[in-house]
Amino acid sequence: MNSITEKLLSTISDWRGIPEDMAYNIREDSGCAGRRSTDNIQITSKEDGSGIEIRVAAGTKGDKVYIPACITKSDVDDLVYNDFFIGEDADVIIVAGCGIHTDGHEESKHNGIHRFFLDKNSKVVYLEKHLGEGEGGGKRIINPVTHATLGEGSYLEMDTVQLGGVDTTIRNTKATLLAGAKLVVKEKLMTDKDEVAESIFEVTLAGDDSGVQLTSRSVAKGNSEQTFRSKIVGNAACVGHSECDAIIMDNGVVHAIPELTARCVDAALIHEAAIGKIAGEQLTKLMTLGLTEKEAEQKIIDGFLR
Amino acid sequence: MLELKNIKFTVPTTEGGTKTILDDVSLKANDGKFVVITGPNGSGKSTLAKIIAGIETATSGNILLDGEDITNLDISSRAKKGVAYAFQQPVRFKGLNVTDLISLAAGKELTHCELCDYLTRVGLCAMDYVDRDVNESLSGGEIKRIEIAMAMVRKAPLTLFDEPEAGIDLWSFNHLIDVFKKLRGETNGSIVIISHQERILDIADEIIVLSAGKIIAQGTKEEVWPILSETGSSQTFCTGREG
Repeated sequence: MNSITEKLLSTISDWRGIPEDMAYNIREDSGCAGRRSTDNIQITSKEDGSGIEIRVAAGTKGDKVYIPACITKSDVDDLVYNDFFIGEDADVIIVAGCGIHTDGHEESKHNGIHRFFLDKNSKVVYLEKHLGEGEGGGKRIINPVTHATLGEGSYLEMDTVQLGGVDTTIRNTKATLLAGAKLVVKEKLMTDKDEVAESIFEVTLAGDDSGVQLTSRSVAKGNSEQTFRSKIVGNAACVGHSECDAIIMDNGVVHAIPELTARCVDAALIHEAAIGKIAGEQLTKLMTLGLTEKEAEQKIIDGFLR
Repeated sequence: MLELKNIKFTVPTTEGGTKTILDDVSLKANDGKFVVITGPNGSGKSTLAKIIAGIETATSGNILLDGEDITNLDISSRAKKGVAYAFQQPVRFKGLNVTDLISLAAGKELTHCELCDYLTRVGLCAMDYVDRDVNESLSGGEIKRIEIAMAMVRKAPLTLFDEPEAGIDLWSFNHLIDVFKKLRGETNGSIVIISHQERILDIADEIIVLSAGKIIAQGTKEEVWPILSETGSSQTFCTGREG
């Protein structure tokens, strides 16, 4: 593992050395920089070499698995297919994330395609941070694709954070929920300069008593542009709620495009979107506590994206 | 000590003229004193508070804090000099919690004990509130108490409260009076409260009656009471019907 990877890892997944007794797989510049399986969590390469399979044994409780990906130079075009099979009643935390460091002028790209298969009553918390850094003019591109199938009574929570340095990102998330399954997505996004970010959600609530809660908080600064598309389809007695809350600054642009489809009279679907600059009274309040306008702005944004 | 000299505030009208909101307001609030500004709705009380805090700019006149002219300072600089201000309508945030705001007001990280102390003083059970977001989920009374705690924690030479009673329920109001009494005992600075409540007027060292942008009376409660009764501005605190 090279030093840039170590540094990226500490930022994207709170990495402090190789975790004891934990399953992990570190992807570095399209190669593998380290892997460990445990009794409960098996990580294997796919036969065609296109990515890895992570199998969590039924009944596994409280285990964590790290699967970060790092690109440490320019001119890398990384494409990976990772499949997660979560056994019945398992309860695990998956720490993913991608860091791109480029000092050269050629672009570097990470396309990660993740498929999740959650068995009955399993529970997954998926944490993911994206980061771009480096001095070069080469574009840093991260395009995550997620396809999740949530079995009966299962729970998937996705906490995703991208706080800058990624020039282009298109995030595509599709999920199908069977009876009693719950999906919670918390997305935090900040773009600056000429960065472009698009987040597309398509959630099908197929089973009775299934539910989704999508929350997107974003800040668009500089000349950056963001698009949030959420499509929720309710085919059963279900609850769907999507919420897009965006702060725009400078010349930032945010599009919020909701789509709700209800095919069952007992489907309750809601979309809320609010876009605007920082409320003047919030700035004023913090300034009356002694903060300068800039400090107040920073506090409000830090809190908003926390 | 706060001193206002000939504060005038006018706003343009839609007809192209000007409307006078505050007309030649001069007053002093000495250190250790508890000054209550009262008067009918629309008399300019809240505007005066905003002018003192720097949120509005006076058309003319001077503001002095401990003898220093702060008229041309912005909101942050005045706050740093020692103006604490509890809003009439507290501001709600997305993502900042009670601990964040009270710590920002204190200008330092507070220990759990200190935080609890301030919250308990304003009648909030600290355990339930330290991690609460200061957003729409708080009721009007809850957020108002947090606003008062934020002003108190600053221990400023001048503390301004704009209608602290607004939104506070009947049962907690007595407690609030005690909070102000205690604050008065502790602070070396001056406290200025905008209020309509007789119970708050009762504990004032000085009452200033503002009407249509002018000070029409100034003095102890006994001195200004006849005038107040005429304007009908004070609401007697209702303790519930007896018998």
